[in-house]
Amino acid sequence: MAEAIREYFGHITDVVKTFWEGLSVTLSYMLRRPITTQYPDRTEKRVADMLPSRYRGILEVDMAVCTGCMACERACPIAVIKISTDKDPANPKQRLITQFDIDESKCMFCGLCVEPCPTGAIQHTREFESTMKSVDSLVFRWVPDPEKPVPFYRPVKGQDAPRAPVGEILRKRMAEASWIAKPSILVPDGPKKE
Amino acid sequence: MKITLGLDSTSLTRRYPRLAILVTLFMAFALPLGLYVAALAIFPMNTPERLDAMAWQWFGYDLAASPYRYIVYTVFLLLVAFIAVNYTAIFGGVSTWVERRVAGRMQSRIGPNRTGAAGFLAWVADAVKMVLKEDTIPASADSLLFRAAPYFSMVGLLLPFVVLPFGESTVVTDMNVGVFYVTAVTAFVVVGILVSGWASNSKWALFGGIRGAAQVLSYEIPAGIALMVPVLMAGTLSMQGIVRAQGGLPWEWFVFRNPAAFVAFFISVTSSLAEGNRTPFDLPEAESELVAGYHAEYSGFRLAVFLMVEWANMWIMAGLAVTLFLGGWQVPGVTDEMYKSALGTGLVPSPLWFALQAASMLVFVIKTWALVFFFIWLRWTLPRVRVDQMMSLCWKYLVPGAFLCFIVTLLWQILVPPAGVKITGIVFTLFAVGLLVKFLRDTRRNIDRVKGDRVDLTNW
Repeated sequence: MAEAIREYFGHITDVVKTFWEGLSVTLSYMLRRPITTQYPDRTEKRVADMLPSRYRGILEVDMAVCTGCMACERACPIAVIKISTDKDPANPKQRLITQFDIDESKCMFCGLCVEPCPTGAIQHTREFESTMKSVDSLVFRWVPDPEKPVPFYRPVKGQDAPRAPVGEILRKRMAEASWIAKPSILVPDGPKKE
Repeated sequence: MKITLGLDSTSLTRRYPRLAILVTLFMAFALPLGLYVAALAIFPMNTPERLDAMAWQWFGYDLAASPYRYIVYTVFLLLVAFIAVNYTAIFGGVSTWVERRVAGRMQSRIGPNRTGAAGFLAWVADAVKMVLKEDTIPASADSLLFRAAPYFSMVGLLLPFVVLPFGESTVVTDMNVGVFYVTAVTAFVVVGILVSGWASNSKWALFGGIRGAAQVLSYEIPAGIALMVPVLMAGTLSMQGIVRAQGGLPWEWFVFRNPAAFVAFFISVTSSLAEGNRTPFDLPEAESELVAGYHAEYSGFRLAVFLMVEWANMWIMAGLAVTLFLGGWQVPGVTDEMYKSALGTGLVPSPLWFALQAASMLVFVIKTWALVFFFIWLRWTLPRVRVDQMMSLCWKYLVPGAFLCFIVTLLWQILVPPAGVKITGIVFTLFAVGLLVKFLRDTRRNIDRVKGDRVDLTNW
């Protein structure tokens, strides 16, 4: 009997104590700062700039330091990269890159192309927001005009290649290509039918 | 680089942030305030005698002898009802926003913060969405009952507003059986739940309806007995009479007048949570067990009505507890005589009277919102109880507790002289303040326990 009474009132004190502690815990969380990051428009910095420095985002090629060795094309396991070269008709000793396409819609961000690059021309950036009007726009043409090919870069011994800061060229390119730059009221166009 | 989304550039409020703030302020303050002002203007004059006097004095028309007397009176009553219904709907909407924001912060999230300033207009957007949805009725449902059920619930929500006093004179009518009336008509909500559960012809809905019936029927008993405590202390069943028997200062409230009333307050609040199907007693719509319970088959406007009833019921629960235990609309330092002398003998009362009325309404609204916040807070703290736990809480703890409170109050009313009541009032108030301080210190300690955490109300 005494045991039963103790149990009965024990339940009541348990309820009071646990309510007290539980309400205190939830109130304490209400007074703290929510950890939510308000992607995409209410962050202190761009989210791409908040990512770790070795984040493997969209590939970027600095054509000014590309040696045209095609190591990245050979390293790519799924043939995302396509490079074509040609001789300079004016100067037979000078070779030119006429095409350097990376299909970001196929890329799996493995990083195998970055490793063999002798000058660090091809790099992963921290950019990841690759929404385009059409999936075709995700083929990044690093030699935009085949009529204006880019000469091979010749590395200088004992000197690092003067690569542009990672991400700078890509950001410029994406701002130009993006449908976000020219907002339309209607939904974006679908891919072109051929 | 400025980041914009294509979608946002077409949104009006994104393009004109000031417009968003203006609309939000209007919806948040001007709309309810307008309803309060309308209530203050219309509620006190809704007696036939007063309308007669007004018609005679202002228009020289003898309304008392006219055959249209009760038609005019009915029109005024409909106006009053219009204000009450709109107030309920707006409160129901706003409380969903408050609930989502509070829940968000309690879970280290933010909650809706995009529609309007601070996301305030999310409830309007939700309501519009609900109304635009298709209103489906299952093929095998009992069509008539299925369509009628939400309105049973809505009637149960709206009827208590007849006697719920918002201020000294801002009450539709002061029934002499007010408390009984409220306990009787709130049961309409469960009629709606039961009918919708049956008419849906779905096992989940039926389970929800049956659970709702079992729960509400059980909890009516402790709720009813706990409500008898303030009735005994005031010596009347009238809501206004109970408020008038209390005072503006905490030690004049019934909750602190005697220990039994203090316990009865918690019993009453717990039972009204269970009657209103609020978590931790939301068994009739337990998502993890019954999909959505009694309203699983509902969509569109009818679902909106059910949800509105669920949230707006918080106002009834909180308003009832405030009226019966926490001093209602009593403003500290303002006595009944001051209201009477400010009223004067003229048809239109003095501005002072209106100011006093507004103050009393403000006091009531602040207390009620505080209690509503407590309900929300409780919801995001406690898990849902099991059916057997719900039953054992009611029959093993609340019913005997309520009876004990009832008997102690009877003895207290007979044995303790008024001076003693004042002393216990002050002692209990100090005790409650002490508890509050201890609670806030515990909360502070909980925050400090995590290294680097502090009170920070940013990130809206």
